[in-house]
Amino acid sequence: MMRASNKKVFTLFYLMLISLLMTATQVHAALTIQITTGVDGAQPIAVVPFSTDQVKTALPYDLVSIINNDLARSGRFAPMPEKDLIARPHDGGTVRFGDWRLVNMDYLLVGRVRQLGDVNYEVQFQLFDVFKGEQITGISYPFVAGDTRRMAHRISDIVYEKLTGQKGAFNTRIAYVTALTAVTTNKRQYHLNIADSDGFNEQTILDSSKPLMSPSWSPDGQQLAYVSFEAKRPQIFVQQVFSGQRQRVTDFKGLNSAPVWSPDGKYLAMTLSKSGNPELYLFEIATRQLTQLTRHPAVDTEPTWSPDGSKLVFTSDRGGKPQLYMMRLSRNKPASRPRRLTFEGEYNARGVFSPDGKHIAMVHGNRGRFQIAVLDIVNNTLQVLTDSRLDESPSFAPNGSMIIYATNRDNRGVLAAVSVDGRVHQRLEVQQGDVREPAWSPLTNAQ
Amino acid sequence: MNYKLLVAAVLLPTVALTGCETLGVQDGADVVVEDRGTQADGSQSAGGEDTGATATGAQAGAAFKGHPLDNPQSILSSRVIYFEFDSASIRAEDRAAIQAHAEYLGKNAGAAVVLEGHTDERGSREYNIALGERRAKAVRQLLLFQGAVASQIQTVSYGEETPAAIGHDEDAWQQNRRVEITYRTR
Repeated sequence: MMRASNKKVFTLFYLMLISLLMTATQVHAALTIQITTGVDGAQPIAVVPFSTDQVKTALPYDLVSIINNDLARSGRFAPMPEKDLIARPHDGGTVRFGDWRLVNMDYLLVGRVRQLGDVNYEVQFQLFDVFKGEQITGISYPFVAGDTRRMAHRISDIVYEKLTGQKGAFNTRIAYVTALTAVTTNKRQYHLNIADSDGFNEQTILDSSKPLMSPSWSPDGQQLAYVSFEAKRPQIFVQQVFSGQRQRVTDFKGLNSAPVWSPDGKYLAMTLSKSGNPELYLFEIATRQLTQLTRHPAVDTEPTWSPDGSKLVFTSDRGGKPQLYMMRLSRNKPASRPRRLTFEGEYNARGVFSPDGKHIAMVHGNRGRFQIAVLDIVNNTLQVLTDSRLDESPSFAPNGSMIIYATNRDNRGVLAAVSVDGRVHQRLEVQQGDVREPAWSPLTNAQ
Repeated sequence: MNYKLLVAAVLLPTVALTGCETLGVQDGADVVVEDRGTQADGSQSAGGEDTGATATGAQAGAAFKGHPLDNPQSILSSRVIYFEFDSASIRAEDRAAIQAHAEYLGKNAGAAVVLEGHTDERGSREYNIALGERRAKAVRQLLLFQGAVASQIQTVSYGEETPAAIGHDEDAWQQNRRVEITYRTR
């Protein structure tokens, strides 16, 4: 039966190959991000194209369009379309605030770029409060052409922080797993990818014919822990993101799964079933020493650390169905009996702490639907944030503003993001295949 | 060379037979065919499936003469055990098949199996890995009770990572909540 249609399959394959090649050259962003629902009352801001009078060699990317995209994508800002700009000032001296008030702009960002050398540039920008007619901040930064996108994200971060009071998370990355099924052989190929938070610069850091799972960032954003089935059984690896160097961390009998870094970067919490049953362990990276944290005939898995490292929340079905439990740690030993945290819904799993430690996002199953919910652990209230039925793998942006997660749309695995208050929704799509298990990198000081 | 041909001669009709069967039976039969492919060390794949398919018609009525694990009429040909959502309980209808495998393993000390546990896509991936392991262990436990010994059985869980059926409805999910029994040696 397969043989008969081989010709067709091959033609299809070549067509796909051609279209693949074409898209590869046309499209920079492999992961495209769209806002599907924004916030009412997003703040109006006008970003005027920066002056390039003193630039001989054009930058590889336009700073202002990257900044506009960042601000719009956050759902918190409504940047004015470039064609609607009523004036194009480049510094405070030439801004007429009255004109901007008339078009209801709350904020204004202006600036100029200077070329200092072959690849060396400087950007100088000023952010204004239009109604007060005052400068909020004015900064200048040197940068090299190759860092244009990072520079733009850094400016977006500053604007975001000045205007919302919360750190920006534009200069971050997202790790995720894609699975592609080859048309001819029906074989699956798995990739562990990283991309900038706006979907650009997608890079594959691992390629395997066997499943890859559970990427987790080290707190310094330099390493990823993950599970690979390349040996036809699950093993935990740690890989340097930028050099590609990697090391197998565990290869115990049974499960080696759900690795997550401690906030101080010294330990991995993980699930091992070498005792015959899935239990939580701490793995000290420097000494490779293991400490067993749970001992229960039920499944204990999916640990997540509180940001101060004092607590672990994990999934356990010790009550019959998977629910979240919390355990205190003292000097990396259990300091309390696990206490059940979730009571609403028949299935709550894969918890993840928010960066401020006040919320836990999770996969919440109720009446056959699996959605992303967030538990306020101060007030003990659960809010369901999504409206789909196959959501999984929530991960917080490092500033706590958004939760990225995996879901299913038109029978494909896609990523989506939702703000913690449930008001802003984004969709992130890859060109082809299924994408899953997003992990948002921490904030790093590196530019 | 001659030996290879002989193996191919024995295996080809059975591949074809099960191949035909898959058309009628939906679930795990596909998987069984795949298993055969790997066990035959690829010797039959070069021969092509087309010739295999024609051979079937000629032999369809004959009594089965090959290895008992290759007999599509035998209960041993049933090598996928299915489960309910979030459950590792073995259903009554699957007990006979597991018992047959246990007896086969008990009588053939050199035989060994891998039990691969799988889940459907719902819920969280890491929990599903644990659930897949629990399913594989439930089948292992029953095999051990009924005559197999521990050294004959390996278990591994793939959780929801390698579905047998692509789809996002109960039909696909039911096919994916499974333990596959694969003979490493027979």
